Amino acid sequence: MITLTHYLVLSAILFTLGVVGVLIRRNAIIIFMCIELMLNAVNLSFVAFAHYLNSMQGQMFVIFVMTVAAAEAAVGLAIIVAVFRNKETVNIDDINIMKW
Amino acid sequence: MEAYLFYIVAAITVLSGVYLVFEKNPVFGALYLIQTMLSIAVLYILLEAQFVAAVQIIVYAGAIMVLFLFVIMLLNLNIKEEKKNALPFQRIPAILMGIALFTVICIVIKSKLLQGKGDHYTTAYMNSMGNTKIIGTLLFTEYLLPFEITSILLFAAAIGAIMLAKRKL
Amino acid sequence: MLNLVALILLFPLLGAAVNGLIGKRLQKEHVGYLACGVIGLSFLVSLLVFCGLLLLPPAERLFEKEVFCWIESGSFKSVVGLQVDPLSTLMILVVTGVGFLIHIYSIGYMHQDKGYHRYFSYLNLFTFSMLLLVLSNNFLLMFIGWEAVGLCSYLLIGFWFEKKSASNAAKKAFVVNRVGDFGFALGIMLIFLTFHSIDFTEVLSAASHGHFEAGSFTITIITLLLFMGATGKSAQIPLYTWLPDAMEGPTPVSALIHAATMVTAGVYMIVRCNALYMLSPFTMTVVASIGAVTALFAASVGLVQNDIKRVLAYSTISQLGYMFLACGVGAFTAGVFHLMTHAFFKALLFLGSGSVIHALSGEQDMRKMGGLRHHIPTTYKTFLIGTVAIAGIPPFAGFFSKDEILLESLTRGNFIYWSMGALAAFFTAFYMFRLLFMTFHGKSRLDHHAAEHLHESPRNMTLPLTVLAGLSLFGGFLGIPGASAIQHFLSPVLGGHGHTEISGAASGGHHGAGLPYLMMVVSTAIALGGIFLAYYLYIKKPELPKKLAERFRLIYKLLLNKYYVDEIYDVLFVNTTKKISAQILWKFVDVKMIDGSVNGIARLVRGFGNVLRLLQTGYIRNYAFYIVLGCIFVVVLAVFGK
Repeated sequence: MITLTHYLVLSAILFTLGVVGVLIRRNAIIIFMCIELMLNAVNLSFVAFAHYLNSMQGQMFVIFVMTVAAAEAAVGLAIIVAVFRNKETVNIDDINIMKW
Repeated sequence: MEAYLFYIVAAITVLSGVYLVFEKNPVFGALYLIQTMLSIAVLYILLEAQFVAAVQIIVYAGAIMVLFLFVIMLLNLNIKEEKKNALPFQRIPAILMGIALFTVICIVIKSKLLQGKGDHYTTAYMNSMGNTKIIGTLLFTEYLLPFEITSILLFAAAIGAIMLAKRKL
Repeated sequence: MLNLVALILLFPLLGAAVNGLIGKRLQKEHVGYLACGVIGLSFLVSLLVFCGLLLLPPAERLFEKEVFCWIESGSFKSVVGLQVDPLSTLMILVVTGVGFLIHIYSIGYMHQDKGYHRYFSYLNLFTFSMLLLVLSNNFLLMFIGWEAVGLCSYLLIGFWFEKKSASNAAKKAFVVNRVGDFGFALGIMLIFLTFHSIDFTEVLSAASHGHFEAGSFTITIITLLLFMGATGKSAQIPLYTWLPDAMEGPTPVSALIHAATMVTAGVYMIVRCNALYMLSPFTMTVVASIGAVTALFAASVGLVQNDIKRVLAYSTISQLGYMFLACGVGAFTAGVFHLMTHAFFKALLFLGSGSVIHALSGEQDMRKMGGLRHHIPTTYKTFLIGTVAIAGIPPFAGFFSKDEILLESLTRGNFIYWSMGALAAFFTAFYMFRLLFMTFHGKSRLDHHAAEHLHESPRNMTLPLTVLAGLSLFGGFLGIPGASAIQHFLSPVLGGHGHTEISGAASGGHHGAGLPYLMMVVSTAIALGGIFLAYYLYIKKPELPKKLAERFRLIYKLLLNKYYVDEIYDVLFVNTTKKISAQILWKFVDVKMIDGSVNGIARLVRGFGNVLRLLQTGYIRNYAFYIVLGCIFVVVLAVFGK
């Protein structure tokens, strides 16, 4: 029998993978994809909770998260394009103007 | 039957996630991510969230990931892109910290801190009404305000993306 | 009618505010009319208050009006409250009356000045401050007025601030006054510690009802500290040096502030606190001695000065010395009486000298004057009255008041006080007539330029002179020995100690009935002697003073240079302070300690920053790492922290 815990652990694995990806990768687009992975992990736990609690709130939330993710993807990719246009790179270690 | 399906799909999901994180080529990375999303969609169906599964495939795997691929192609990125590594010493601590984070999350899951209140949307009820219909009703009744705000958010995002993509900022 | 008392304060403040804020945009005449108008109104209200007070029976002539509570903290309470009693009423009449005349005079005197509205704004502000000082019902509010008149004095002495000497004199006045104010402030604090109140009525009634034994150490210290404040404001030894320099200001200012009103603040304060002073014989001796010495000292300096205003300045110091002498021997009424008559004739003399200076286009050196009486007759006539009044010839105002002080100093004090006072009176008569003769009589020693522009002052300047001359003539009758109206009026304030009623003729009873009359004859003789000597030296034998100066070169030089007091102060205090400031306070305390600590803190912060900035790599991944670390930490805390 598959329980809620199974799904949550799976979700945790995916989320951790995303975090590790963000921390060790340098390509901005891959980092961005890792963030999407984290979002998906969270969505999975939402739906799992909804299912096991006989509730709809989780699913509703997932829909909104997806919308936000879409908006984020549009703006984020636009930023990456703009940065690439200026810097000729998407390696975030080259974009280190946080410290002047 | 259901359990086997879950284990297989979960394995695929995790594997493609691992590949995504460690794949050099961003195009392959994007493909692995699509693979992950598709398998998550399967999991949604297992969880009887058919509408969300459909949206997951259409919006995520379809639209968003196409956007990603499109940008990757547009910028003509290749493997050399990650040549410079300013923080080589962060790799091992990051992986260790990932393990720590996973441990902490597992502890939280096990500790039963996450308790929710049940509702009346049982499987039988959902099957009688239809998942999509329920979601639609809720979106335009209980969740009307967030729904409308989402439209503003999307609108703003569209304008922002156009502004950023313009040649002269 | 007594309720109107707040208006007395309000009018001048309003005038000062209007002239100060928008005076630049007003027409010149309007500025002048406004300034005079508010003081005039204030004077009228003062008269009303005076009448209101007269309608009350003498024992009940005390009215207090609390405008609002100012500070209340623990047991300390200070209200903005006004007190109307005979003493303060007399003072406001003098301040607003003389002030009004001087305001009118100023319209003519200052008509060409660029800072016309500024001048009148200051003058109104001064009047307000002085009225606040005399009307306040507690020490703290009095101190506010006290400081405010000091401020106005500073502003007005330095009115022509483009002139280096004027701004220096202003600074000097301010700093020297600060020394006295320091004592005054300490005195107020000590009063609060001792009496747990700073209200005049409470403190003074506690003092006069025998809660403290006479000669108590605390009371002596309090009174000495208050007296220190008085020496600063009223220009007594050792803090008098600012007053002669204060003549750098416009002449009407000298008349109003440095002769008629502000410098009497110290006298007023001591008279107000008479109950305290009566408890401390030692302080009384100090006050009387300093008063007597100052009277003689300043008069002797006045003998040889050549600047017309400087002579009057030293004369002022000398006359203030008389007032302190009177207070010191316990004759407070005589002190107040002299304060009033002095306000009349000294204002007259200063305004007269201003008229002379005006006529001569700014010349102040008496050696370049002479023979002016035909050219400026009105000024001459009024000036003569003022001179006779200050010299002490009956029946002019100065005679009665000075005679009373001399008499009191003999009957209540001792022969030394009297002889010093008498000698000072002799000097006074001499230098005043020397001034008169050198200025108005003899041959003209004018230079060509001044002689051409010689003219009598306009009507708005001579009118106040005439009024003040009238007051100098008849003001003395208020205090005729034996039937003194002023003593009768002031007795509710000063009569509670069984001292003041034995003034004049009454006190003569102890020393033989003839003494007051004998004293009158003696002091008249002294005055006439001084006048005669001046006449002999400056009219009969004008070459003689020079010879005398040659003969007694040393004394002459000593007097001409004012006993070198300024130079001594420079060496003792000014240069020492400068040196201490430069060597210790600046180079060590400021540079090493204060700057050092400030810079040290900055260096410390920079050091920490240099270490902490290593965390700031500028790489986003690095920051993300910390964020995740923080997240783990927060979750761990949330789960295990319970």
